[in-house]
Amino acid sequence: MASAVAQGRGASRRRALGSRAVFLGPGLVYVTAFMTIPILLVVSYAFLTRGRFGGVEFPVTLENFVRALDPIYLRVLWNSIFIASATTLLALLIGYPTAYAITRLPARWRTVALVLVVLPFWTNFLIRTYAWIVLLNSQGPVNKTLENLGLIDAPLELLYTRGAVIAGLLYAYLPLMILPVYASIERLDRSLLEAATNLGASKFRSFITVTLPLTLPGTMIGAIFVFVPSLGNFIVPELLGGGKTVMIGNLIRDQFLKARDWPFGAVLALVMVLFLAGLFAVQAMVARRINGRGARA
Amino acid sequence: MTHKNLVEVDGLSKSYGDVVALDDVSLSIRENEFFALLGPSGCGKTTLLRVIAGFEEPDSGAVLLGGENLLSLPPHKRPINLMFQSYALFPHMSVERNVAYGLERERLPKDEIRSRVKEVLATVGLMDKARTRPAQLSGGQRQRVALARAIVKRPRLLLLDEPLSALDRKVRAEMQLELKRLQHEVGITFVVVTHDQEEAMSMADRIAVMSLGRVQQVDTPVEMYQRPANVFVADFIGTSNMFEGVAVAGGVDVANIGFLPAQDPTPAVTGAAYLMVRPEDVRIVDDGGNLSGTVLETQFFGGASTIAVQVSGHVAPVVLTCQGTANVQRGASVQLSWLADKAVVLAR
Repeated sequence: MASAVAQGRGASRRRALGSRAVFLGPGLVYVTAFMTIPILLVVSYAFLTRGRFGGVEFPVTLENFVRALDPIYLRVLWNSIFIASATTLLALLIGYPTAYAITRLPARWRTVALVLVVLPFWTNFLIRTYAWIVLLNSQGPVNKTLENLGLIDAPLELLYTRGAVIAGLLYAYLPLMILPVYASIERLDRSLLEAATNLGASKFRSFITVTLPLTLPGTMIGAIFVFVPSLGNFIVPELLGGGKTVMIGNLIRDQFLKARDWPFGAVLALVMVLFLAGLFAVQAMVARRINGRGARA
Repeated sequence: MTHKNLVEVDGLSKSYGDVVALDDVSLSIRENEFFALLGPSGCGKTTLLRVIAGFEEPDSGAVLLGGENLLSLPPHKRPINLMFQSYALFPHMSVERNVAYGLERERLPKDEIRSRVKEVLATVGLMDKARTRPAQLSGGQRQRVALARAIVKRPRLLLLDEPLSALDRKVRAEMQLELKRLQHEVGITFVVVTHDQEEAMSMADRIAVMSLGRVQQVDTPVEMYQRPANVFVADFIGTSNMFEGVAVAGGVDVANIGFLPAQDPTPAVTGAAYLMVRPEDVRIVDDGGNLSGTVLETQFFGGASTIAVQVSGHVAPVVLTCQGTANVQRGASVQLSWLADKAVVLAR
């Protein structure tokens, strides 16, 4: 009888494994095909030599990495990090209060507000970015309005500047900040705020000591969601930066499509991926510390 | 012994739309007593607690603390601390930081904060957990932290919202004694909100039973049990046998059964009434009982037994308890009796 039970258990375990495979299968195939294999390709390309008409050839070399340390490329990297950081910072300063305000709305208006936040996503990204060209050009509504108000005499050079790139990126990715921050404030146990109040904390104090630290992990997720695509974006700098503002995304694309230097493009891509993986690691560490799990007893 | 009132709740009302949470609630809580707000869920006890703590504003009425208007104080300035049902410990702070939080808000000197935190952690027996995060504590330990965090502020009034509901049975019994001991030790007035009548009866000096936003009775546990003010209280507290009839001198006249003796109530009850008698006051007699019936069921609980007797003319079986084993068999005919002053007449 014991063996019958064991057999039954074995069968049910096989069934559980089978059903697990069914559920996991599609995701596993997807991740392998579109994540693991491309990254392995990028890693292997980075150590190979440039082919005459694109592609890669032997021998294996580290030269591509050395080249990436050239001040010209470091400046591009630095410029990209600066623009992505500025975008993230502005998204944080605008997004956090917005998300906070939405959580304080009555339930019905909360849904409306969230729909409004994601509404821009319903329009094509390119078209929305073109709209900024219209807005910011020397004859555009922004300059016209400022002129009519008598604030400026001549049109400002708004378009094709670093500011324009930051504005475009901010506009594109602000919802990615608002949504995770909203989720983390919404999830915050209100009785914790009541406890802070009950223990003598003013509204401001309880925000600083309870709300802010407990929503930090969600805020960091939002920051990464804005920072990552901002750093890699090459459409906005091209359209709104007028090709003057080169970011690492442009550089990588140009290596593959124009310069036909795949190994060097792979190195730049790899640098970016590693940099972003580092950011996620920091976020995970902070989240663990805040929640008190895995912290030293 | 004179009783100084610490809290005076006067004519408090509060509704949410059509739902009346508090309906003209008045009661007083004495200095240094262990007071319980008892009632089924939705009776308004939690709303009353939240009004006192300052998380809800009443529609009308007043609350005085030590003779001073409490409602005009913002919630974070009230000398009242609340132990939350969920404990509401800050997950991102260690035990000692949680406990120190309230003292830091008072801007006390660092040395004093440190010594008071240490002292209170010793009181609740959590000295060795000072640097632990709440997530790593057991339910009972978390409750102690919540308690420590509330009493370290030395409030004039400590509110406890269902303090034991999240604990399992064994820990709960332990904490009941612990709370009682602590209350004597720290000399703070405790107000505990609970739906568990046993919890209220065993811990509280006085109990306010609430139902439908109204205070039904405020009394000591013994008085409340022996002299319930109305049918709701009689039914809610303990087990009772109820007989529906008409009040007459010296008892109640019950249809199909006849006259049953009871203590004359003050104030007098006339007309439709209930007679209520507790199971332990009902005895089996050989002759001349108030009721006669057939034994339906006997249950033995070790120290005591419960006997259910089917009485003709009465729908629900009459329940009685006796010490030791029941000396009657199922199906036996018995006569039941009680002393007149053990039965209570309640207006219908």
